[in-house]
Amino acid sequence: MPETAAHAATALIAEDESLLAEALRAELLAQWPQLDVLAIAPDGDAALQQALALKPDVLFLDIRMPGRSGLEAAQAIVEDWPEDRPLPLIVYVTAYDQYALQAFETAAADYLLKPVQPQRLAATCRRLQATLAQRVSSPGPHGAALDDLLAPLRALLARPDPGGPVSHAPQGRLQVIQGGAGNTVHLVPVAQVIYFESADKYVRVVSQERELLIRQSMRDLIPQLDPTVFWQVHRGTVVRADAIETATRDDTGRITLKLRGRPEKLAVSRLYAHLFRAM
Amino acid sequence: MSTPLPQEAVPLHMTGDSTVHAAIRHVASRLAATVGVCIVIAAFLTAMRGASISVNLVYSLCIGVCCYSFIDGARFLSARWHWRHAPGSPEAKASWPGWVWMVSCVVLGTVCGYAVGTRLGDLITGMSSSMLFRYGWRPYAMTLAFSLLVAITCTYFFYARARIAAIHAKAEAAQRVVAQTQLKLLESQLEPHMLFNTLANLRVLIALDPPRAQAMLDRLIAFLRATLSASRGAGMHPLSAEFERTCDYLALMQVRMGERLTTQLELPDELAAQPVPPLLLQPLVENAIQHGLEPHRGGGRIHVVASREGNDLVLSVRDTGAGLDPRHRSQGTGFGTQQVRERLATVYGARASFTLEPAEGGGTRATLRLPLPQA
Repeated sequence: MPETAAHAATALIAEDESLLAEALRAELLAQWPQLDVLAIAPDGDAALQQALALKPDVLFLDIRMPGRSGLEAAQAIVEDWPEDRPLPLIVYVTAYDQYALQAFETAAADYLLKPVQPQRLAATCRRLQATLAQRVSSPGPHGAALDDLLAPLRALLARPDPGGPVSHAPQGRLQVIQGGAGNTVHLVPVAQVIYFESADKYVRVVSQERELLIRQSMRDLIPQLDPTVFWQVHRGTVVRADAIETATRDDTGRITLKLRGRPEKLAVSRLYAHLFRAM
Repeated sequence: MSTPLPQEAVPLHMTGDSTVHAAIRHVASRLAATVGVCIVIAAFLTAMRGASISVNLVYSLCIGVCCYSFIDGARFLSARWHWRHAPGSPEAKASWPGWVWMVSCVVLGTVCGYAVGTRLGDLITGMSSSMLFRYGWRPYAMTLAFSLLVAITCTYFFYARARIAAIHAKAEAAQRVVAQTQLKLLESQLEPHMLFNTLANLRVLIALDPPRAQAMLDRLIAFLRATLSASRGAGMHPLSAEFERTCDYLALMQVRMGERLTTQLELPDELAAQPVPPLLLQPLVENAIQHGLEPHRGGGRIHVVASREGNDLVLSVRDTGAGLDPRHRSQGTGFGTQQVRERLATVYGARASFTLEPAEGGGTRATLRLPLPQA
């Protein structure tokens, strides 16, 4: 089904406070009447679901939401977005977060501060319209254009605690994984772990000999790992770099990793594809 | 502002602005004081013995500056030595190596300084101080003793001055910590995320529903007034007032969270007049919302109850939210709860308690137990 150049732009608003969500919708209607706001998602998980179902051109994501934060939702949306569709443009909305603001500035991501000022929203709308118009005239998110979209999100996610309300004290590096299996606690040195995979609220720890489940979220685990040794390749996968044998790109551009010492293959999300370019 | 390094681990000459500039400034100031003392001594000797003031001045300056250089150099080196060989020892705490070492430094420095200084004086004036020996050892010993006396007095003066400066710096640092804590307390009570979200809602309501906007603004005003006066350390207020402020806060949150938040407050009449420290409940309610209900997709309920158990006033805040994180326990060690603990300890000592535990059926329960005044 070909996309026509005339197709009206669509948007999704993710905001847990309904008054604010409705107000943003009303303000958008006034400033950009052609924009079709498809839905309002009341939390991060709903934002992910509805974004993937409705495939809007623009996403307005509140940072602090119940469930997934705005940044976590953005990561999941970008990773699961179909290959043949241009990625949505993301505008982050936040009430106050001095660290996030700094990150937005350096990541060159577009953001709005609550209470949203009409003039500021107008400027954002103009920028979004310009970017969408450019897309229609030269379609296809290839090369540099795609990375322009992914780099800001990558930079934001690289912050120690993306979008979370609790600021964690800096932790030391993890040395040994202690995972229970029945009545036994297995100790696996972190250096022997081949990859970590998130499984709901747990993380699956895979070494050559065994698999363990630990009661910890991926978000909490990542800061305790040495980023030069363990690479995140997907929101749910962190792999030890020297356990990767090959990275293969298929026809659709998806990258899969073949591992040393494990039969399974791991998928790399487009957010982390830049890690696997030939030297 | 950078965190001050632990006082114990830093030599005195490195505290404050630990730059080379500061060290040079210190040496220059001591040297200037030494020169001043030397001029006074030269004038004194001229008045006593009547020799030429310029000769006295040359000798006095040569001996004084040499003594200073040897003593301060020896002090610096011995402090360095302590610092390197026993970093934990009291001698290593400051560039002050202790009295035993210091006395040795002063005696040795004065003897050497005196010897080198007189030689230097001889060179400059072309005279010979060995003439002194013609009259026996007494004049020599007298001059040396005099130099020693001056050296000890000056050293003690420098020591006392450095001590006073260190005490000043310590007091200033302590004051800074107090001010920072107060600011942090105010910021934790006036949580910016809450404030700006509330203002954003207010901005929408002004156009949509002016009477409701007005009611919300009144709540915000009462909340801000209570927060500011509590941060200035106001005394006690009745429990009913504490419940009203909690009500204001919850009403503001209810505008924001809508159906996701339901609240229930229970205050028995006979407890309404009990005096309590202001804003004792609010951090607990705020915690319950921020960590319990806001991150919880379905929202939930907050139940605030005051009750009497024996001679205790028991205040409990229960939420049906996300529950205590088993790993972080951020609610129990966070700044807000730590403040509650500290305030309880200040007002009631060991007779009050604060517990935070998982509530039956999910969520969290925070309980304050305060002693009731004996009837």
